[in-house]
Amino acid sequence: MIEIWNRAQPLQGFIGGAMIGAACTLMLLLLGRIAGISGLLARACQLTRPPTFDLLAIAFIFGLPLGAFIIDLIIKPVEVIYPNNNLILVLAGLLVGFGARLGSGCTSGHGVCGVSRLSPRSLFATGIFMLSGIVTVAFMHKFGIAS
Amino acid sequence: MKLAYFTSLVSGLLFGAGLALSGMANPQRVQSFLDIGGAFDPTLAFVMMGALLVMAFAWRAQKNLLHPLFSTHYEIPNTMPIDLRLISGAILFGVGWGMAGLCPGPALVGLVLLPKKAILFVGAMLLGMGLYRFVDQSLSSINPNQRS
Repeated sequence: MIEIWNRAQPLQGFIGGAMIGAACTLMLLLLGRIAGISGLLARACQLTRPPTFDLLAIAFIFGLPLGAFIIDLIIKPVEVIYPNNNLILVLAGLLVGFGARLGSGCTSGHGVCGVSRLSPRSLFATGIFMLSGIVTVAFMHKFGIAS
Repeated sequence: MKLAYFTSLVSGLLFGAGLALSGMANPQRVQSFLDIGGAFDPTLAFVMMGALLVMAFAWRAQKNLLHPLFSTHYEIPNTMPIDLRLISGAILFGVGWGMAGLCPGPALVGLVLLPKKAILFVGAMLLGMGLYRFVDQSLSSINPNQRS
């Protein structure tokens, strides 16, 4: 039990989470939009049907990595460890891209914006992808695929 | 309206900074959150708490705001029933999320933090999104009542 808390960053997590919430608040109250990253990314890259030229989505998607870069540069180097090999990474990317579009959202759109709105669809989707993620990680450990 | 684009950029910046600060840009940490029987790391739960707390207030404020400050109308999804698309999409998404410890936000943030790895995931993710559009298009040409 103590080992868990050695690795955890509850305070930093909470503050970072509040910043994510503030970002979603700006999108909702100033622009009237949901800060769902899979949806915004698809719109920014014209991968929606029909394709749209959505400059707001492009601005958001451009800002996202820039924000992390600023933290990395000014506050502290951000620890980033990719635990799995490139084949798993590519397969996972395909599933995340396809699944997020099919399910109309990801961790930000359903998990943050939808759950806080108490949307039944989002609550349900978040429960499902958490469960599916937990089962996947357990499966990978059982078969020695994960590190 | 230039102010709207600036707002969107600032929102993206804030979101990316939040991901980096919270540890959610690190796939290993996210994967550990899902590893409830192993090296469990509860950090993501605190991230969700922070984000949901702020957003709960935002939704309350939204109810009293006729239209967003920089726009004439809201673009918010209507209430729709839970359908097979939502369920199967969430399952597939969860499998990918667990496999790599990455979802779209942290993957995009990875493009500056660890580009040679993140580019593989982001490239595949965009391909997956394109593939969905193709499948969706093919399905709806058979059954025109399908929504996009």
